[in-house]
Amino acid sequence: MASISADNHGLRLVVRYMVLTLVAIIFIFPLVFMVVSSLKPDQQLLADTSSLRAFLPVGDISVDNYYAAFKRAPVGTFVLNSVIITGVTVVLSLFICSMAAFSFVFLKWQGRDLILSIILATLIVPFETIAIPLLLLSSKLPWIGAHGLEWGWLNTYRVQIIPFIADGLTIFLFVQYFKDLPGELIEAARVEGATWPQIYRRIVMPLSGPVLATAAILKFLAMYNQYLWPLMVVQQEEYRPVMVGLQYFFQLNRAWGEIMAYLSLITVPVLAFYLVLQRAFIASIASTGVKG
Amino acid sequence: MAQVVLKNLKKSFGTVDVIKGVDLTIEDGEFVVFVGPSGCGKSTLLRMIAGLEDISSGTLSINGQVVNDLQPKDRKIAMVFQSYAIFPHMTVRENVAFGLTIAGASKAEKDAKVNEAARILQMEHLMERRPSQLSGGQRQRVAIGRAIVREPSVFLFDEPLSNLDAALRMDMRMEIGKLHHDLSATMVYVTHDQVEAMTLADKIVVLRSGSVMQIGSPMDLYHNPANLFVAGFLGAPSMNFLDVTITEMDDTGCTVRNGALDPVRIPSLPKGDTAAKVGDTVKLGLRPQYLIPSIDPASGTLHGKVILTERLGSETVVDLALTDGTKLIVALPEDAQFERGREVSLSFGPARAHLFTPDPELQASAKH
Repeated sequence: MASISADNHGLRLVVRYMVLTLVAIIFIFPLVFMVVSSLKPDQQLLADTSSLRAFLPVGDISVDNYYAAFKRAPVGTFVLNSVIITGVTVVLSLFICSMAAFSFVFLKWQGRDLILSIILATLIVPFETIAIPLLLLSSKLPWIGAHGLEWGWLNTYRVQIIPFIADGLTIFLFVQYFKDLPGELIEAARVEGATWPQIYRRIVMPLSGPVLATAAILKFLAMYNQYLWPLMVVQQEEYRPVMVGLQYFFQLNRAWGEIMAYLSLITVPVLAFYLVLQRAFIASIASTGVKG
Repeated sequence: MAQVVLKNLKKSFGTVDVIKGVDLTIEDGEFVVFVGPSGCGKSTLLRMIAGLEDISSGTLSINGQVVNDLQPKDRKIAMVFQSYAIFPHMTVRENVAFGLTIAGASKAEKDAKVNEAARILQMEHLMERRPSQLSGGQRQRVAIGRAIVREPSVFLFDEPLSNLDAALRMDMRMEIGKLHHDLSATMVYVTHDQVEAMTLADKIVVLRSGSVMQIGSPMDLYHNPANLFVAGFLGAPSMNFLDVTITEMDDTGCTVRNGALDPVRIPSLPKGDTAAKVGDTVKLGLRPQYLIPSIDPASGTLHGKVILTERLGSETVVDLALTDGTKLIVALPEDAQFERGREVSLSFGPARAHLFTPDPELQASAKH
């Protein structure tokens, strides 16, 4: 009997691995195609699409496309801009949204529930509907910078960062997570003499690993993929992010190899970010087992 | 150390009154237990003392100072929660030292106090562990350690033992009693377990539906319950109640009887919210321990038949059906033998019997 169940177990394992491998292949093939194609000249790239050669680094392989991509567009600037914009937004967003959620969940104040429901209602408003009013507003906002008081935020980093720091989804994620934290932990900290900022910093945040990782990944992807908004508010190359930079490769003579090279390059920060956070994510899941 | 005074303390959630005016003085160094069934408001009352619930009206003073509007951290209290509420991301040492860290104590002071607490609670070997590596009893020890290092004026315990298994509960109960003795601190303890209340308390406060039913020392409450509720709540097995009719009554006592009870004079008057008169039906309360069974039908005043005998080792509990159908429990020392179906009569000392006027609220809840 034991051997039969062991066989069953083995068979089930094989099937499970086959399914998982299939899923992995489906997810990984576009990436492989992108990287492999970035190494091929256009003609070969197009010819290979009809066969499995599309996924293999065969034929006339070189990094010429990468040289060409850098020549055609300031790729380094774009990647740097996106990293700055995304990085700063993610950090500020985690900080501001978690504090907002902290207030909604743990503090008592007049109108709290109403304001939270208004914030959550913004989740169903598509960005496109507010894009134009936001553009008009941004073009007139004041700012005190290196040159004193200035008007208008267009062609800056801040216009790409500040409107996206606080958002309903991130607040919602934190609110849901905080509501599930044991209330007695917060009460114990209060009785022990902790102030609200101390409770936020010493109790709530250290226990929020999973939601921080989730919110960071979602925010990172949303910010890194920004296209419409930077297209509207940035006309100068020096502030342009990667997605808008993609335009450079569709104008005039379109070169698929260069597009693939560019895409491969701009995927690197995403992968790096994900890999770093994945570890934090797993670690935080492991540490929440402590709750007991 | 401190005296805690509650004056007409009330709490309402919207239109629902959960604490309906509590007056209580907790003396310096006293161990007071709030006891009552779930939903009676005992935890709410404790949380009001802690400052975790707002006070709707009335005053609460600690050491002569009104603290109604003070934050928990400003009340010089420490609290131990039912779920322990120790911080999962900190080691035991960090947990115990938390209050001192927040208060900005020096490392030397912290170490000294934390080590002292660890010594008192015998958990020196656990100090570098995480809460996930501790058993329930050890976690509760950590929570108590966290409370004692801050040397609070008042310790508050919210059902601290109810998540522990029976054997551990008894150990921890004794340790808390010892702790109270060693620290001679004012302690307020909430439980629904009347054994904890009886064993630990200097003073028991019995609560029901947000009102105080009776305040007194454990033995005082046991021997002189003020009403039907307190009588039924304290003591295990709980007090037997028989419906009896008053046949005679004067200032010093009354004579009662029913179908299974021969007329007997009880040297006290019915207690409770309403007055009783001759002809009324009242409750006769008899503790199972004070009933003496006999096989001679003429020797006792109560008559019934044995249904079941449960031997607990230290005592034997006999379930009886009286001749009028009422059930009655008798607790006898050690292994008394009463076979099923045997006719017995029971006698009791009239001075140890209690009479109560009926309690409409209890009757209503009994019907559900």
